[in-house]
Amino acid sequence: MLPRHAPWTAFAASSVIAAILTGAIGASPFVWLLIAGVITLGATTAWSAAVEGRRKATDRAMTLLVIGAFALAMLPLLSLVYTVVSKGLARFDGEFLTSSMRGVLADGGGALHAAVGTLTITLLAALAAVPVGVLAAIYLVEYGKGKLKRAITFFVDVMMGIPSIVAGLFAFALFALFMGPGVRMGVMGSVALAVLMIPIVIRSTEEMLMVVPNALREASYALGVPKWLTVVRVVLPTALAGIVTGVMLSIARVIGETAPLLITTGSITSTNLNPFDGRMANLPVFVYEEYKFPGVPPEAYIERAWAGALLLILIVMALFLAARLIARRYGVEIRR
Amino acid sequence: MTSTTATEAEATTTARSHRRIGDRVFSNLASGAGLTILIVLAGVAAFLMAEAWPALTAPAADLPGGEGLLDYVWPLVFGTILASLIAIVVAVPMAIAVALFTSHLAPRLIAQSVAYLVDLLAAIPSIIYGLWGIAVLGPATVPATEWLADNLGFIPFFDGPASTTGRTMLVAGLVLALMILPIISAVAREVFTQTPKGLQESALALGATRWEMIRMVVLPFGRSAIVAGSILGLGRALGETMAVTIILSVSGAITFDLISSENPSTIAANIALQFPESSGLDVNVLIATGLVLFAITLAVNMAARAIISRRERKSDR
Repeated sequence: MLPRHAPWTAFAASSVIAAILTGAIGASPFVWLLIAGVITLGATTAWSAAVEGRRKATDRAMTLLVIGAFALAMLPLLSLVYTVVSKGLARFDGEFLTSSMRGVLADGGGALHAAVGTLTITLLAALAAVPVGVLAAIYLVEYGKGKLKRAITFFVDVMMGIPSIVAGLFAFALFALFMGPGVRMGVMGSVALAVLMIPIVIRSTEEMLMVVPNALREASYALGVPKWLTVVRVVLPTALAGIVTGVMLSIARVIGETAPLLITTGSITSTNLNPFDGRMANLPVFVYEEYKFPGVPPEAYIERAWAGALLLILIVMALFLAARLIARRYGVEIRR
Repeated sequence: MTSTTATEAEATTTARSHRRIGDRVFSNLASGAGLTILIVLAGVAAFLMAEAWPALTAPAADLPGGEGLLDYVWPLVFGTILASLIAIVVAVPMAIAVALFTSHLAPRLIAQSVAYLVDLLAAIPSIIYGLWGIAVLGPATVPATEWLADNLGFIPFFDGPASTTGRTMLVAGLVLALMILPIISAVAREVFTQTPKGLQESALALGATRWEMIRMVVLPFGRSAIVAGSILGLGRALGETMAVTIILSVSGAITFDLISSENPSTIAANIALQFPESSGLDVNVLIATGLVLFAITLAVNMAARAIISRRERKSDR
């Protein structure tokens, strides 16, 4: 049997060797980590094969490979968060959060118009998607049977796979057919986002409704409560925390969608609060356009893009965390 | 006696019809919401068709490129499939590894935070992946791709010349892989944790090492779920727009060269790039390409769901 500290000593030793090699060829820390990992793998496997036999050596090798692959998958996430935070903080100041791009040609300006626009568009989308989604989920769980239920379940899955840009094209086509192809409105973006939100809301609500124990429903029926009152007064409150979590997660998913908003809502430099009146700025498109089409000097625009990206990621993470906290504090636990 | 039963009967009838109205309204509301789903989906197909129709029936000379719709769409389809294939090839093994780590290798405490971190990967907006790809990953791959072009240039994938900015199909594929990894990993993790404990423990009792147990019990049990999850991830990669739009330097060439600056575009990225400036028939052409994308992702997703439902029917639940 190899001593318990064997993999760690192997890693320590290979780190030193890798550091020497990397220093010799002058490569980045990432290459150092890679070489250290490979040497650890080889050394531990060989050592184990000599002491414990081939089968145990394979077991150790595969364990190390899995851990290595996991680290490889987590590294970009860490790099991404670090990049956005470090590059975004440069312009993440009061001016950025309180002013729009109206009349701004180089430095200065902010993303207020974009943030407000994003909130307006997403709120409208949620207003449309949540009632439809929750009611459809209630239908699927409480009332549905037979062919119609199977068809709706199947098509909810289909809807889940619609690419975001196709949803945007649909919203555009819908409004273009009635109002001409040049129309750009905030509410078009809301329609596209609603199409993307509905299947997510349905799926998560369905799961939450199915977690509610049947005994609760049957107790309610036994007391003479009609079915609809049972759903409204017994099932929904029990599942409410989970439903709220699902809604918040779906909002977090669509709030960062750029493609559908790029082709429906467009963008402007000043703040527009009316979703039915012309273009409306929004955060993801703001980030995209500041980065892709910088003016002069480009640094000012790119800095604004990163600050906008930081704001966007903060909003998404806040929604994510809030959803998890609500689920943990108020939710009904699924015991496996 | 009869009077009491009569009033009793009356009371129950009024109570029942009172109940029925509320029930009827509510159940109709719920069914209506369910039908809305079907209507919306039918609407998507119908409206897209309506707006794409002018492009489908226009003479070839009027379309951008002047060679007809098929000629216009084919390079885009090629680019879409190439980028997605790279993403799948990279993402599936890593997703299985991450799922195995969470379900079998990590201690309970770490496993939960790990699952949370992987789900966080899924929540990050695609445009931020695009920015990171072009600003960090692209330049980071330049030394490696230059080495590949110099030493392995005979392989068509590494033909070169290596791009100096890193805005290559390879980087786009890698970023796509990162974006679909959480989806595949979540599906795989779900099925790995549901592997029957009895089977796992009997393998261990017969003297198998942990890896042998995983190889003989867990992986075969999860095989169709992994395939279905991968196809779901493929569907997501096919439709991904912003990351590719920002990262890829497009030249329209149909090539397998992964490390140069001459790349085909994808359907979604092409729409994002051209749409804001297009008018007239060009808009209809772009919507027609969107229809093609919709059809492709539809087929891919239906295949995934078919595999999942076939597996659920086969297993004893």
